[in-house]
Amino acid sequence: MRTENARIIDIRKLAENVFGILFEAAMAGEAGPGQFVMVRPHSDSRLLMRPISICDLDSERRLLRLVFRVAGKGTEEFSRARVGDHYSIMGPLGNGFPLEAAAGKSHIALMGGGIGAPPLLNLLRMLRRRADRGDISARISVYLGYRSMEDGLFLKDEFEPLANVVVSTDDGSAGVKGTALDGLSQAGTAPDLIYACGPLPMLSAIRKYASKEGIDAYISLEERMACGVGACLGCMVKTTKEDHHSHVKLSRICTEGPVFLSRDVEI
Amino acid sequence: MNTAVEICGVSFKNPVMDASGTFGSGQEYGAFVDLNRLGAVVTKGVANVPWQGNPTPRVCETPSGMMNAIGLQNPGVEVFLERDLPYLRQFDTNVIVNVCGHSLEEYLDVVDRLAGEKDISFLEINVSCPNVKEGGIAFGTDPGKLEDITRNIKAHAGQPIIVKLSPNVTSISDMARAAEAGGADAISLINTLTAMKIDIYKRRFALANRTGGLSGPAIRPVAVRMVYEASHAVNIPVIGMGGIANGEDAVEFLMAGASAVAVGMYNFHEPTAMLQVIEGIEEFMRKTGTEDVKELIGAV
Repeated sequence: MRTENARIIDIRKLAENVFGILFEAAMAGEAGPGQFVMVRPHSDSRLLMRPISICDLDSERRLLRLVFRVAGKGTEEFSRARVGDHYSIMGPLGNGFPLEAAAGKSHIALMGGGIGAPPLLNLLRMLRRRADRGDISARISVYLGYRSMEDGLFLKDEFEPLANVVVSTDDGSAGVKGTALDGLSQAGTAPDLIYACGPLPMLSAIRKYASKEGIDAYISLEERMACGVGACLGCMVKTTKEDHHSHVKLSRICTEGPVFLSRDVEI
Repeated sequence: MNTAVEICGVSFKNPVMDASGTFGSGQEYGAFVDLNRLGAVVTKGVANVPWQGNPTPRVCETPSGMMNAIGLQNPGVEVFLERDLPYLRQFDTNVIVNVCGHSLEEYLDVVDRLAGEKDISFLEINVSCPNVKEGGIAFGTDPGKLEDITRNIKAHAGQPIIVKLSPNVTSISDMARAAEAGGADAISLINTLTAMKIDIYKRRFALANRTGGLSGPAIRPVAVRMVYEASHAVNIPVIGMGGIANGEDAVEFLMAGASAVAVGMYNFHEPTAMLQVIEGIEEFMRKTGTEDVKELIGAV
């Protein structure tokens, strides 16, 4: 965990209100899939750093890619950044997707809803690397849910060379009509491990699905947070058991998360 | 150049500490801040038993500041003694434990439990949190109740007590005098200002608690005014806080009458904020030929 003044070497619009920024950042060498960073706006009046999940990493070239949707004034500022600009970033933060959970599994489903898709890209790359080494033998499928064709199927092209991708849209304008979970049902396959990131209703449905099927689902959560390092206790999620740190049934999404085993949280 | 200050006979290597609740128990920021460099570490509020706090969302941003309604979630005094205090003991800094409760009995449970702990320099009594329904601010907005609870806690305390005042009152001077009359060894102010933010597109409150405490540079001028008034109303030391972002802000509070200062929301903006405040005070002293930081206290 560190803070550094990172230089932007690429920024591009991927879809309506969705942007990708590539930073040169030493912390890329320490990060893993599903972790996040805090990015500090330049604005003098917007003082909280913004938590953004890591989309992709190149640990050797120290490249860190963030993909985000403009959701407010902070991310709006980031969307207007230019190549050569510097941003203070803090990270890598939190516990990401556990790669070791893939060992011995036969069919792994990566499920992304909307702006939840980006962190799955580096996860997929890491799983592929393990598969190439023979550490895992599972079939890997990716289910990506978007709003509509018009809204943009961002990152789909980058997932496709790495795995079989099933697209769904809320309005049916592309792929299966419905959510990523509908895409999974339609495919008629039964994964024995799920990694997911997306809006809360989708994660809640995946939690129910995993419980019914008796499989593990690792889900990445988000919540408004101030510090990103476990101090402010802003970003709590209800848990099924007493948390080792809080000593109540609440965990810090920034520190114990953002990725949780779905059966451990109440969402 | 001397940056040391003294409060109730306790020496601080510099007048800078964190504001309770913005720095966890210190450990959370260990990767960024060498706690040995701080005048003191002020812990998050400690209650007699674990507290759940409020529903989320608990925080939101506001212009040059933020609102929070954490609701004093904490793991309770026993966990504090087993986990957090041993961690803090490793460092050469003062430990100030912020104490919270819903009732006098709950405050006294914590105060009694901590009474024998020699490594705690002060207790800071939180009678000013705007985000808990019972206790807390109910004691901190009525001078009679404040004097009573201060007197009761003082009678039990094994350490000198700092009473943390709420700004959500008509006369901060009256509250400062009530704390002093009840036997407070020092006072700290300001806690957050009760505030509200509405998400107009969702037609919802930004915080689940509806109201929250406003902090950050947006409240600094209010805080400076209240520190000035309170420090002129009493003869006990004042610890000033409210939106301090750099050394110059800290000097402003010292000149208003504070003997030491706390950095709050700005820890979230910049994890090394307190170190920058310490360096900024030193730079101000160099630039202005100030030999001793104590010369700045109450300089206006």
